[in-house]
Amino acid sequence: MALIELKNVIGGYGGAPILNGVNMSIEQSDIGVIVGPNGAGKSTTLKAIFGLLKVTEGSIVFQGEEIQNALPDRLVPKGLSFVPQEKNVFTSMSVEENLEMGAFTRTDDFRPTIEWVYDMFPVLREKRRQPAGELSGGQRQMVAMGRALMSKPSLLLLDEPSAGLSPRYVLEIFEQIVKVNKAGVAILMVEQNARQALAFASRGFVLATGKNRFTGTGPELIADPEVAKSFLGG
Amino acid sequence: MIARRSLTLFAGLFVLFCVIGWALGAANISLLLVQSFAYALIALGLNIQWGYGGLFNFGIMGMLMLGGAATTFISTPIIPGFWGSEGPLLLGRALLAFAFGFLLVWGARKADRVGIRGGWKTALTIVAWAAAYIIYRSQIDVAAAYIEATPDGWIGGLGLHPVLGWLFGGVLAAGAAYIVGKICLGLRTDYLAIATIGISEIIRALLKNMDWLTRGTLTVSPIPWPTPLPQEFQASGTPITDSFIYARLGFLGLVLIVLIVAFFLVQRAYGGPWGRMMRAIRDNYVAAASMGKNITSRQLEVFILGSVLMGIGGAMLVSFGQIYDPGSFQPINHTFLIWVMVIVGGAGNNWGAVFGAMLIYITWMISDPVSQWLFNGISNWSTDLGWGAIPEIQSRASQMRVFVLGVVITIALRYAPRGLIPEVVKREA
Amino acid sequence: MNELIFFFNNVIVGGVALGSIYAVGAIGVTLIFGILRFAHFAHGDMMTMGAFIAFLLMLACQALGISVPFLPTGFLVLPVAMVLTTIIALGLDKGFYAPLRKRGAKPVTMLIASIGVTLIIQGLIRLFFGSGTWSFFESETKQLIRIPVPLEGVTRTINFTQPQVLMVVCTAVAVLALHFFLTRSRLGKAMRAMADNPDLAQVSGINTKVVVRVTWIIAGSLAAMAGTMLALDVQLKPDLAFNIVLPIFAAAIVGGLGQSYGAIAGGFLIGFAETAAIFNWSVLLRPIAGALPFEVPATLAIVPTEYKLTVAFVILVVVLLWRPTGIFKGASS
Ligand SMILES: Nc1ncnc2c1ncn2[C@@H]1O[C@H](COP(=O)(O)OP(=O)(O)OP(=O)(O)O)[C@@H](O)[C@H]1O
Ligand SMILES: [Mg+2]
Repeated sequence: MALIELKNVIGGYGGAPILNGVNMSIEQSDIGVIVGPNGAGKSTTLKAIFGLLKVTEGSIVFQGEEIQNALPDRLVPKGLSFVPQEKNVFTSMSVEENLEMGAFTRTDDFRPTIEWVYDMFPVLREKRRQPAGELSGGQRQMVAMGRALMSKPSLLLLDEPSAGLSPRYVLEIFEQIVKVNKAGVAILMVEQNARQALAFASRGFVLATGKNRFTGTGPELIADPEVAKSFLGG
Repeated sequence: MIARRSLTLFAGLFVLFCVIGWALGAANISLLLVQSFAYALIALGLNIQWGYGGLFNFGIMGMLMLGGAATTFISTPIIPGFWGSEGPLLLGRALLAFAFGFLLVWGARKADRVGIRGGWKTALTIVAWAAAYIIYRSQIDVAAAYIEATPDGWIGGLGLHPVLGWLFGGVLAAGAAYIVGKICLGLRTDYLAIATIGISEIIRALLKNMDWLTRGTLTVSPIPWPTPLPQEFQASGTPITDSFIYARLGFLGLVLIVLIVAFFLVQRAYGGPWGRMMRAIRDNYVAAASMGKNITSRQLEVFILGSVLMGIGGAMLVSFGQIYDPGSFQPINHTFLIWVMVIVGGAGNNWGAVFGAMLIYITWMISDPVSQWLFNGISNWSTDLGWGAIPEIQSRASQMRVFVLGVVITIALRYAPRGLIPEVVKREA
Repeated sequence: MNELIFFFNNVIVGGVALGSIYAVGAIGVTLIFGILRFAHFAHGDMMTMGAFIAFLLMLACQALGISVPFLPTGFLVLPVAMVLTTIIALGLDKGFYAPLRKRGAKPVTMLIASIGVTLIIQGLIRLFFGSGTWSFFESETKQLIRIPVPLEGVTRTINFTQPQVLMVVCTAVAVLALHFFLTRSRLGKAMRAMADNPDLAQVSGINTKVVVRVTWIIAGSLAAMAGTMLALDVQLKPDLAFNIVLPIFAAAIVGGLGQSYGAIAGGFLIGFAETAAIFNWSVLLRPIAGALPFEVPATLAIVPTEYKLTVAFVILVVVLLWRPTGIFKGASS
């Protein structure tokens, strides 16, 4: 059984629907990558999964349970976590406090998880007492991901984790993502660096105007001449 | 749709006034009418500021007080004793000191022209402010003490026609609005609210304590009417009750003329390019700014224009009441009441503002007798039950007005957030 | 030296007392602004309400003969008054603000709604208590504490009242408790997180409704405390609210709306400024009058006493012009 399955999801922000039938399926071991032009509804898809906008039709099934329109404070304990595209750290709070906020719904001891995050992003250990607002863009992205991992999710939703990073950092953050996935966390991410991301994606989705246009493994999509021509810039 | 609805609402209001008029008598209803039309003018002023411009003015009371002070100064009789004394000379010196202080501060703020910059300029400005304040105080305190020691204790008025006083009220409010606007209009809404309320409290403190100018808590009375007083009708043999009705009708006519002229002008401005631009600025600050519109000066215009109406309205109320008592001005009665009028009526719609003003004013005025009647009933009932009567019913009932006002605005916000006669949203290409 | 003690008694003692009240009130305003993003205008009325609840409780205690030696009954009942005010504050939120919040109303609408709450509370208080003044010290005496200064030629004593001491203690306890709550507890940190970035707080799984509730609990209890302290220091009257809400907003804005520590600093700044502005400075100048090039007038206050309330606004306006987000960095939304 798939970890999460979106069946023909239709939804929007109140006006005309933005999503016009999105279908997706992710296994526990998968890294799913969503690509597509600006305004295609990629971020909106992640928000729909996370209960941040109204799903009017279709279903979202997570671990065998329908979760459409459930709010984040219910989803996080179930094992979902979300890193938004922008404003994804608490700028006035220290790095460590940011991580603690990620563990808000947990009642057990989360110190080991903090150590685990620090091991994954050693820079953050050095900067643990510094306000997140004083970090560089790449470091902030790590804080944001670390925060989302603190709830020990089984599925991590990432919205453009490489946005605004220099090419070297892009590779680094992708390596981290693969590492997180190896640790047993399924990933569903939106990426603009489509080729690079699809290269390691076990599931790839090309979205346009709120609909799936192509679905397959990452390498399959890269190899598809039509996808390459219209969505990956030749 | 909205036109039909507003027609129905106005018809209902008319019936309400008739019923109350029938219950309270013609003399009382003419009094209520004059006051509610004056409030309608004030509400129109707020509607320009808030409904058109989206400017949050919590300092309405200050504008009303200025209007009142203006008409008091213009229309009360001249006190020859003051003009014959040294008072004018001393006041003239205070005025000079003020001008000198103003120049000092102005000069300090322009100090960068002569190469004084940064921290030095700030320091110089602070020193200039302090010096200006000390110089002004050194003159005005002497003048105030002298005038307050004269037999009349204040400077009196100019003995001119009250309508000139109303005009001067508008001018004074415009001047104040210019200064307030210059200081505050760049601020975010909630800061603007606090800043304007602060400034209106400063105005109140000044007018209440400048006894030489306003007699402060001693109050000025009687303030002349622009139209014949009831006493003048009585002198020509009219029965007392009728004299009140005739006199108030005369006053009412004048207020109505002012209201109609103001309404006509405001309504036309609203439909014209100026109104469109104002709404554009209100609804989308950023887009309007990027279109190169000079937002701050447009907003200043709106703020001044609205304040002028408030100043005139305040002046009319004081003239009508024939007494200027700075201590009687309260934010609840003179700021929040107006806000409730505009919110309930419909911000952004002039008909709504006028409707709201009349409806809320009548509600405000009759809450007192109605609650008195209610409390009397409860009191009788509790006396019968042996629990004793409600003490001090009269003073308690008058406090119910405030409570009713709060309930009304709460209900309006919940169930008719855009008001009873809402703004007509025009789709513009 | 005597003159300095006079200065200390009037400006420092008075300023600390007033500053404590303003600070405790301003914290509530600033917290509500940080979490709910609107200027809660009814805060002054919540304070007055808290003070009247404390007053009623005190009357009840006196009727029942409950008292503790050395402690004014007003302070004895304070915790209960705080709890009751908190319950009412939660009810006000549920009845007045939550429905609008649910509809997604703009902060301005919330501000106007808080005017409605102001009017309702004012009306009710006046309905039950009239518009007269009441005192917590009708049947108890306000103890004056005099500390002699062991110096040659000093005749004046340092004076303050017992309520003033207790007020400062209460304020210190409240501020410390709040500090530890915000920096150590999970919920406190969640509150800071929500003030910082409400969307991300929601995404992190923080239950925003709980945070809102906690905000009202803190703001309500501090309002009761500040109101009661003010009533104990001066006297109790229904229009207390309006005289207090403006300096408190001034304090919160001067400190930067949304900044708890800023609100505390702002409160004391305004408190001291008010006492210093109406202080008769000629008292301090008189001993050195011989050395001064001018004659020392009988009274030399920065503003006459009647203008005490305007001091807060002048500071407010200056701060708004000079640094609109407050002396400390304020919330930018
Ligand atoms: N809060 C919102 N309210 C209303 N419409 C929105 C909102 N956010 C996004 N939209 C609309 O939804 C559509 C899809 O937006 P979305 O953010 O999902 O695009 P995206 O695929 O993530 O694009 P990008 O690559 O630029 O991030 C856009 O047309 C946008 O205008
Ligand atoms: Mg996006």
